[in-house]
Amino acid sequence: MTFSIPSGSTALLGPSGSGKSTLLRLLNRLADPDEGSVRFHGTDVRELDPLELRRRVGLVPQLPAPVPGSVADNVCFGPRLHGEDVDPEPPVRLAGLDSSFLERDASRLSVGEQQRVMLARALALEPEVLLLDEPTAALDDAATQAVEEALRGLRGVDLVLVTHNRSQAERLAQRTIRLDGGRVAA
Amino acid sequence: MSTISITLGEVAASLALVAVAVAVSFWRRAELEQDIAVAVLRSFLQLTAVGYLIQAIFDTDSLWLVVALLAGMVAFGAWTARGRAKAVPGATGPILLGLAVAAAVTLGLVLALRIFKAEPRYLVPVGGMVIGNSMTAVAVALNRLADEMHEGRRQIEAMLALGATSFQAARGTLARSLRSGMIPLVDSTKTTGIVFFPGTMVGMLVAGAEPVDAVRLQLVLLWVLLGAVALAGLIAVSLGYRGFFTHAHQLRES
Repeated sequence: MTFSIPSGSTALLGPSGSGKSTLLRLLNRLADPDEGSVRFHGTDVRELDPLELRRRVGLVPQLPAPVPGSVADNVCFGPRLHGEDVDPEPPVRLAGLDSSFLERDASRLSVGEQQRVMLARALALEPEVLLLDEPTAALDDAATQAVEEALRGLRGVDLVLVTHNRSQAERLAQRTIRLDGGRVAA
Repeated sequence: MSTISITLGEVAASLALVAVAVAVSFWRRAELEQDIAVAVLRSFLQLTAVGYLIQAIFDTDSLWLVVALLAGMVAFGAWTARGRAKAVPGATGPILLGLAVAAAVTLGLVLALRIFKAEPRYLVPVGGMVIGNSMTAVAVALNRLADEMHEGRRQIEAMLALGATSFQAARGTLARSLRSGMIPLVDSTKTTGIVFFPGTMVGMLVAGAEPVDAVRLQLVLLWVLLGAVALAGLIAVSLGYRGFFTHAHQLRES
């Protein structure tokens, strides 16, 4: 199958087991395809520095995976890896949390709050593209609303959202690509 | 140095205690009778063989034979540790290197600091202890590494997704693995003399040495072992984790 994802916000919609998460991991080279290629702005991702690609194409995982420490530690984790220090407050606010969260222990937050920390952590790298793997799958209705609201408020970053939920795709994305049995249906 | 000699009859007499172990196992259905028999037989054959081997090496007084014997111990130790760390991909090289460097560096330092003379009588037993303890530490550390890489997969991949290198993503795991390999020896060094008498000291006391001499030799060996175990664990873990990642800083499929 062949398809391209334009800038803006795109949802990849498909039932569980249709390879959505795997597809997302190919986009920032957490995995490589057995055959075929993934191109980013026309360049095969295998020709790019994987670490730089992952900073430009951020990923919010399906389940929160915070590093030990405070919310601020988590948000600053990515930039610190290559020696940059950032103010954690703007990304935390963008993710829909207020600054009172900064000093709290990330592992003690609710799953919904942790998921917004994951979003803030990805945003702290100022990525061009944000990959979202079922970002609300583990959340209740209220937390889902909060995360979706934060995502709708983002500017200047393209979103690629993987979901099995058609209405979430419609709420968050300008375009939807349906994946069925490994095929693309637009 | 005073010496003692033990007759084969005296060795055979200690089988009485083996009989106790077999009886306990049989009575309480621990089903270890066969293993105990194998263990007793193997210990007899292996130690007897190594006794003659060491005797031969002492007689020739050849340092090359010492090196060959220690190399054999490194190979056998690596093979054993490899069996216990099966879940670490490509661990043979890191284990071999860890054991070899630990043995070479610690023995080299002990000689350079003139703690022992460069004679088979010192190098063979000390080398054997260094390699044996390093083998255990490496096996424990790599086992822990495999467990953590498996359980922490999501966390590690989340760090890779933020642009972390394989090393940055595995750093915490490496620290905990190294720690778990070193802790048993650190703990037994802390409690030595209070909770148990280490083998060397027991051996020297039984053989008729002055307690002060026995204690000093034991201290030297314990402290040498700490360095050896740290080096072996560091090398095995620092090289071993790479088997879990690709060159593109991806986690391999497990």
